[in-house]
Amino acid sequence: MGVKRFAVGCFDNEDVLFPAVKKVRKAGYKIHDVYTPMPIHGLDAAMGLRDTSLHTAGFIYGISGTTTALTCISWVFTIDWPLNIGGKPHFALPAWIPITFELTVLFSAVGMVLTFCYLCQLAPFVKKHHFHPRATDDLFVMVVELTPKSNESEVIGFLQNAGAIETKIEEAETGWWLGRYDKDKRPFESPNVISVQ
Amino acid sequence: MSGSQIQFHMAVRYESQTRDPLVIGDKDYHQITEDIVRPIEANPSRLWWVGFLISVGLLCFGIFAVYEEVVYGTGQWNLNKTVGWGWDITNFVWWVGIGHAGTLISAILLLFRQGWRTGVNRAAEAMTIFAVMCAGQFPIFHMGRVWMAFFVLPYPNTRGPLWSNFNSPLLWDVFAISTYFTVSLLFWYSGLLPDLATVRDRAKLKWRKLMYGVLSFGWSGSTKHWQRHEALSLVLAGLSTPLVLSVHTIVSFDFATSVIPGWHTTIFPPYFVAGAVFSGFAMVQSLLIITRRVLGLQEYITINHIDVMNKIIVLTGSIVGVAYLTELFIAWYGQNGYESYAFFHNRADIFSPYGWSYYLMMGCNVLSPQIFWFKKMRRNITVTFFMSVIVNVGMWFERFVIIVTSIYRDYLPSSWSTYYSPTIWEVGFYLGTFGLFFTCFFLFAKFFPVIAVAEIKHILKKSGENYKAKMGHEETESAEAFYAEAQGAHH
Repeated sequence: MGVKRFAVGCFDNEDVLFPAVKKVRKAGYKIHDVYTPMPIHGLDAAMGLRDTSLHTAGFIYGISGTTTALTCISWVFTIDWPLNIGGKPHFALPAWIPITFELTVLFSAVGMVLTFCYLCQLAPFVKKHHFHPRATDDLFVMVVELTPKSNESEVIGFLQNAGAIETKIEEAETGWWLGRYDKDKRPFESPNVISVQ
Repeated sequence: MSGSQIQFHMAVRYESQTRDPLVIGDKDYHQITEDIVRPIEANPSRLWWVGFLISVGLLCFGIFAVYEEVVYGTGQWNLNKTVGWGWDITNFVWWVGIGHAGTLISAILLLFRQGWRTGVNRAAEAMTIFAVMCAGQFPIFHMGRVWMAFFVLPYPNTRGPLWSNFNSPLLWDVFAISTYFTVSLLFWYSGLLPDLATVRDRAKLKWRKLMYGVLSFGWSGSTKHWQRHEALSLVLAGLSTPLVLSVHTIVSFDFATSVIPGWHTTIFPPYFVAGAVFSGFAMVQSLLIITRRVLGLQEYITINHIDVMNKIIVLTGSIVGVAYLTELFIAWYGQNGYESYAFFHNRADIFSPYGWSYYLMMGCNVLSPQIFWFKKMRRNITVTFFMSVIVNVGMWFERFVIIVTSIYRDYLPSSWSTYYSPTIWEVGFYLGTFGLFFTCFFLFAKFFPVIAVAEIKHILKKSGENYKAKMGHEETESAEAFYAEAQGAHH
């Protein structure tokens, strides 16, 4: 993943951000991402992102938990070691419901969290580029990808017009790498701010 | 942007004025971060150190008490031939019960779209995890030869392979408690990721940047990540809802599937779950009343939050009361000599050796919460704190009554003479779990945001006091005018 150039526009109000996202997309600019301090319902749809399939993954993990529990217990109690417990049936399905249920939930939850971390590429010691330190505090940071043909000042102007309170051009690598955040620059200092409206 | 479009977005967030605001004061997003994160950036107060050191002291005493038990066996605990389950299993059920409020708040109230959960869910979930950690210690060390504890795990072994008994409620418990702990931990930590990133990005010290950088897994706040995060939270909530009900149901099976008079009761599962929620909310109240005061978070954990939780306490306390009376009625109506003896001689007879504990349980759990029918009492911090302690004392005695009064007189009257009372090591183990619980909680309150920052920001523009005040005029408008305005804005 190479280094690319981005135009960054910061908004302080999600009510301004929504129309701005629509405008920027309509104008044909490519939104790389919008970084927000909290979930904004509907923003994914406004950006044209498809819905996540994480639920489906959770369901598949869940039924694999159910199957694991039922096959393992029935194999153990009917084939491998049919233990006589007070003369009760070896295939005692009702008594297996609790463990089957627990394993369903366990597989589904653990599987989903791991899938979530994999899809979002989240793990300890993972480091990602930050376009603005306040993106986890109070700013909604819209990042527009630039091509060599882009007119940078035009994009910046467009973002300002759409209501961005702070804009800048930044070169960044957008993937992740192993790293630590203590090497980061001091917080709340952004030296390359182009303009503050 | 156009002004009308902004108006439209504000209008769709409208919430009735009759609902109390969930965030008090003139807040904006940055102020929320400041208010919640500042306490963990400041040096701990003297009070924190005192509390923390007392907790660590208790923990050390607990470890020593456990050492005594491991070396000399469960005889150290005064367990005898009929009372094989004493304080230890009482404490186990008590702690597991307390561990139910967190998941209830974060999962069930999420599914029911209860906005007020955002103020208390993070701390309640932390409490759940610590409480389950404490609970787990008791059955493990009650095994006696604790180094054999891995025998409960079903894996292909060289002892046959001899498998664990999948038909036994005690094994169901192993699965239920460990699943509950794992899922609660995942739910809690995945919710923490964005907030840890917030702390990381405002950290001014190198070690803080490093620590929160590692803990936040490189969270960036990307919209796609939030979308997946929301999906994850919703499904985890959906999974945790039946899970939280199943856990105490399975704990109640430990008793209900036996043939001991007093335990052999079909009412146990719902009765245990209600009791668990009851004691869990009481513990949340005790902790949060202190936390909000010490960390100055009264504007986020408002008197309204306390009021709502007290309503749940009076509801679940009354359910528990109905369960007690139903049990008593069935013991009489069922005409089973052993059952009625257990209830009317071992428990309800105040002059029987443990009769006092039955009335203590009734008084604390059934009578005293009725005070919360009065709004004035529900909104009184001192009364609430006092009541939350009373409820937890009562709930401890409930488990004590269920366990000890059912087994101290067994079918063989010659073994009745033994009066079970705990030793210092048994009490010490219990105190030790308090040490563990509070050590964890003090560390949590020092290093983690005790309120879900991102979630509070999410509800701010709907339920924040200043934003609600601005919406007041919407109530005087006609629906047609509102619709026309929204339509106009949309096009």
